[in-house]
Amino acid sequence: MGLALRDDEPLPSARRPLRFLTAGSVDDGKSTLIGRLLLDGRAILADQLDALEAKAGGGQPIDLALLTDGLEAEREQGITIDVAYRYFATRERKFIIADAPGHEQYTRNMVTAAAGSDAAVVLVDATKLDLGSMPLDVAAPLDRAAQPLQGVRPQPLQLLPQTRRHALLAQLLRVPHIVFAVNKLDAVADAGTVFARVRAALLAFAAEAGFLPAGIVPISALHGDNVSRPSPLGGYDGPTLLALLEQLPDDDVATRGAALLPVQYVGADAGSGAGHRPRVLWGRVARGEMAIGDALKVFPSGETATVTELHAAGARVASVGAGRSAGVVLDRQLDVSRGDWLAAPDSVAPSARFRATLAWLDTEPAVIGRKYWLRHGNRWLQGRIAAIDSKLDIATLAAHEAHQLGVNEIGEVVVETQQPLPLARFADDRVAGALLVVDPATNRTSGTLLVRDSLAPP
Amino acid sequence: MNAPTPLDRLLLPELDAAQLDALEEEAIFILRETAAAFERPALLFSGGKDSCVVLHLAQKAFKLEGSSKSRLPFPLLHVDTGHNFPEVIAFRDELVAELGEKLVVAHLEDSIARGSVRLASPDESRNGHQSVTLMEAVDEHRFDALIGGARRDEEKARAKERILSHRDSFGQWQPKNQRPELWTLFNTRLKPGEHMRAFPISNWTELDVWLYIQRERIALPSLYYTHRRDVVRRKGLLVPVTDVTPPAANENVESVAVRFRTVGDMTCTCPVESLAADAGGVVAETLLVTISERGATRMDDRTSDASMERRKKEGYF
Repeated sequence: MGLALRDDEPLPSARRPLRFLTAGSVDDGKSTLIGRLLLDGRAILADQLDALEAKAGGGQPIDLALLTDGLEAEREQGITIDVAYRYFATRERKFIIADAPGHEQYTRNMVTAAAGSDAAVVLVDATKLDLGSMPLDVAAPLDRAAQPLQGVRPQPLQLLPQTRRHALLAQLLRVPHIVFAVNKLDAVADAGTVFARVRAALLAFAAEAGFLPAGIVPISALHGDNVSRPSPLGGYDGPTLLALLEQLPDDDVATRGAALLPVQYVGADAGSGAGHRPRVLWGRVARGEMAIGDALKVFPSGETATVTELHAAGARVASVGAGRSAGVVLDRQLDVSRGDWLAAPDSVAPSARFRATLAWLDTEPAVIGRKYWLRHGNRWLQGRIAAIDSKLDIATLAAHEAHQLGVNEIGEVVVETQQPLPLARFADDRVAGALLVVDPATNRTSGTLLVRDSLAPP
Repeated sequence: MNAPTPLDRLLLPELDAAQLDALEEEAIFILRETAAAFERPALLFSGGKDSCVVLHLAQKAFKLEGSSKSRLPFPLLHVDTGHNFPEVIAFRDELVAELGEKLVVAHLEDSIARGSVRLASPDESRNGHQSVTLMEAVDEHRFDALIGGARRDEEKARAKERILSHRDSFGQWQPKNQRPELWTLFNTRLKPGEHMRAFPISNWTELDVWLYIQRERIALPSLYYTHRRDVVRRKGLLVPVTDVTPPAANENVESVAVRFRTVGDMTCTCPVESLAADAGGVVAETLLVTISERGATRMDDRTSDASMERRKKEGYF
């Protein structure tokens, strides 16, 4: 039975590098999994392997986790304290791993790793779960394991809080594909039954959280089962973790819609007379597509113009799609600067008051009424948190009444900005729907706002 | 022991093109972001292959076809240790003249003359001291952003580096207190005296760099390709024989066909045996290679597993 739940998607012929984050807690075997991927992906080179073998001592198996523990401080503590990026490639694809730390106090780094990732691999440590009394029937067809079985009252399997937290954070940040890797199945008795129960619990949890996992793979990072080498471990015959990642599609639903481009850089006019080069407005298309002849409206000036030239990757092109940088030349000389937006006419509804999910990353708590620097697209402006409505229990998804948000906490807030912005719901558009919050006293990155709804002025 | 990567594991050509396009797109985006968000950026240019790639990307980012006369929106900055390979300095000056860009050279010799750098002995490697000269150039020219060609795959400490990485007024990196980097919403805010390091090719590997050099026909200093050179074998490395790195009395000088994988200070950069005469040859060799770039060629990184992290905290590139 294949577990690639999205294998109906057509495969593109050439794919972008896939950036995925790995999330797990200390001792879940995350560093070992990454070490295994690098080793199997032949990204580990002889001198690095020599250093590991020297550390392990003659005849001992090498510690794959040492491949990924970078900084001096964390080597002392034995935990990963910051996002580290790793690279490997297979015949099918180039991969970038954003290795997110598992320790609770470093949730901000998990947010960093998740923002911009195409996929999340959430590790589940099978040896840490309370399996309780094991009903015998559950080893039968996997899909039925999610349903209550007749005549048996299976102990509902409780996922660990960190598994829920990591997956929900990935879902909150709209990482397009979430994959569960159920690890250490080599270390449990009756791996088939354990995997069936864990899988059922994960599917039930994902349904509740509103996403469909891109895969649930039983693995042994230590021995390599189902990482790149197929194995019957857990009674599984689906694709290996690596095969699954190789085939994840590139496209992102959050880039569809009416054309929108935040102006990043305004090129200077070059030359004069016959050799005159018009001014080029550069930016990465946030959503939709731009083509020569399109009418565009400048935000906030409201002036409109028509596209006469488009440049991308050093060449003139007829159209540019979402995710690519474009140089736009308009038929009229308008006053446009960094921070402005070019949008399809009548496609944006500016607002200066909105409801958002706030992920707070600063050790100083969020203060209601205080002015913060906000970055929306390429524009810096001031804004304030008008109200904190609730705090989200990230392990249960329950909203609790709250009036304060501290480090690593996530809540629902109302925000007011100094000027109207062309906002979108974060679920629909990760460029126009996200803002950065910066403390004006320290310049620290304090948090991120994920837009839910625009609100009318109070 | 890791077996060499067989050539049949070569990436498919069309896949390479798509992946290089994506890396190029990201690098150009970061270059424009840096030019737009900061008042006085500079591009660190040593003539080394990574900085040649970044300079090429900058040409693509800021110069439209048909207007090659225009200049980049920032100058180039080179920290010259006085121990650079002469071929590299000659290449640097020719390329800068050809492109018509502005080059600022900060000399480590000047820092020694000022007394801000004091060598423990005349033959001490000058590599680690470059940080002082670099920061003096930042102060003198009030640079608020330095664009560098560092890559995360080079070394473990670099693997944790942000794309835009904040430096305090002493030029120091604080690995435990990095700003979270969310999508491309870069936090570009600085206080007076602070600056940012920008790394457009963070996500490139050594192989990506060589594939790109091959595809774009980027010119490099001749010592990146095979040539005969006098070397001595020391601790498993080939140490080039130069004025500043003479052989010891008991060492045997050999002439070997070599190329350099990195080009830094002469006192700490070693070549590898190679017959690769062009970028395609280097790509083939890179696919077969079993020693990581810094392990094979940098004497300074061998001192300790954590030596790069220590230097970075002190303000190194």
